[in-house]
Amino acid sequence: MPDSKTSGVATMAAPEAPSLTRRIGFTLKSPYFWANWTVVLALLVALIVFWILSPDTFLTPYNISTILTASAVPAILVIGQAFVVMTAGIDLSNAAIVTLSAVSFGAMFAAGQPLVLCILVAVVMGFVAGSINGIVIAQFKINDFIVTLGMLSLAQGVALVISNATPVQVISEPLATFALGKVGVVPYIMIVAVALLIIAQVVLTQTRFGTHVLATGGNSETARAMGVRTKAMKISVYAISGVTAGIASIVLIARIGAAEPSMNTSLLLNSVAAVVLGGVSLFGGRGNIVGPFVGAILLTMILNGLIVAGVPQYYQFIAIGVIVMVSAILVRTAK
Amino acid sequence: MTASPDDGAWAVEATDIVKNFGSVQALRGVSITARAGEVTSIIGDNGAGKSTLIKIIAGVDKADSGQIRLFGEPVEFHTPEAARAAGIETVYQTLGLIEDLTIWQNLFLDRELMVGLPPFRFLNKRAMRAKALAMLSELDVHIPSVKARVRGLSGGQRQAVAISRAAGWSSRVVIMDEPTAALGVRETAKVEELIHRLKSRGLAVIVISHNFDQVLRLSEQIWVMRQGSVIEGLRAADTSGEELVALITGASTSSRG
Repeated sequence: MPDSKTSGVATMAAPEAPSLTRRIGFTLKSPYFWANWTVVLALLVALIVFWILSPDTFLTPYNISTILTASAVPAILVIGQAFVVMTAGIDLSNAAIVTLSAVSFGAMFAAGQPLVLCILVAVVMGFVAGSINGIVIAQFKINDFIVTLGMLSLAQGVALVISNATPVQVISEPLATFALGKVGVVPYIMIVAVALLIIAQVVLTQTRFGTHVLATGGNSETARAMGVRTKAMKISVYAISGVTAGIASIVLIARIGAAEPSMNTSLLLNSVAAVVLGGVSLFGGRGNIVGPFVGAILLTMILNGLIVAGVPQYYQFIAIGVIVMVSAILVRTAK
Repeated sequence: MTASPDDGAWAVEATDIVKNFGSVQALRGVSITARAGEVTSIIGDNGAGKSTLIKIIAGVDKADSGQIRLFGEPVEFHTPEAARAAGIETVYQTLGLIEDLTIWQNLFLDRELMVGLPPFRFLNKRAMRAKALAMLSELDVHIPSVKARVRGLSGGQRQAVAISRAAGWSSRVVIMDEPTAALGVRETAKVEELIHRLKSRGLAVIVISHNFDQVLRLSEQIWVMRQGSVIEGLRAADTSGEELVALITGASTSSRG
């Protein structure tokens, strides 16, 4: 900032180092700041609003626990979506892959296979489906939108074939314990989600892979010229998205006690919305994992808060839509 | 470094390079040389094949035929990494830096300093920041902070960072595509200073430029290209802007094919 009218006093007081007020002013003007913190501010605002609307019911330990339980699946799923969007891609098939992984788990379970094997199959299914997305997109240079839209139908179709369109009950002691257990108000499944979040955030910010993912999204051609294996990066992020879908499917099965072949459209919409809320640029190259993760919790909390406040169900969709658009405007940065 | 300008060995010697894109003949048997400790300029009109030629030398594109020798050794690069491993660095006009990454991230992209043992190897950010600062100050490049993102830098600062990246490794040849095309007068002067510094460090610098004054100011050797061929090789000391213009536009023909 030039030393002109706005900061004249501050500069006179501290000619050498930029003063605190100037630094705060600079920070507030930085698009990076807003991209990173909008979601946290939104979460706080939503908390206060719903607390005022339902002072006796919203911020109870029971309800907080309910919100965190319902957040786990979308929060896990959004980790993969965030990686994909950072490469300037999008994964429209992640919710369908959840379904595919879930019914694969269910088929294995129904066949009497051990739980560990069922879990493994769910994760591997996600990995395979995600890798296929990535390979087609990177190797054949096909538009990500088209490829993952194709995978949406493909995965859903395979799920229907495997399951014969019928749900499989999954009654398992360890899974039930996993789904119902809590530490204080925090359910085990949320602890798993947070553990995945920490791993993902470390991978993004502390490893070569993370830097190369951001470089690929920032400018694929330049990154390639600088030696980044951009194809491998693209394939990897879709594979990661597939794996998070596989893990999410296990949590989903644990929660509902069944492997269902039904579509999870709202999961897909939420994962994209949470990524936008979390300040990941849809043009790629910028973002973190914590923001989308908090975004996923925020969206779940808003739905819960509206229910608790007695708002008719259909208004929830409207609320989510408005929130996503407003947040997209807030975090938008010139490209 | 290994070859001085006087011992007869070329830093880069490209011979009979042919490249076709479909039915378009981009390069029709181009031969150029570049010496260490000199600036070699390649000039020519748009579409003359300059960029294609340097992309082949830099390993981005592959020649259909022809040979490249690096300090006398025949080399064949299939990837930019291979060229870079051999000591050829490139500063592209448009493929400069990743705007959303910081300066130090750009300087160390694909050469990250790591700590820890596989598979738990993490970025050594502190070491990279410190070394980034050293790289920039060694070339007398002034930047507010290596932690700043490239997006906020001026054109001249960006180019300085890109050139520092190219020169900061054990490179022997630095190729630049229009290094000052988007810069103002002062920034251009800064970048030219930087190019002089690379030259005096014994690097072979190959520059594509449209600016004849600059070419005459900066370079020792000039290659003139037209329609996929080199039509003339000149020592900068022996030529003039008028002659260069005449050669490029075809107003003057030359002895070479």
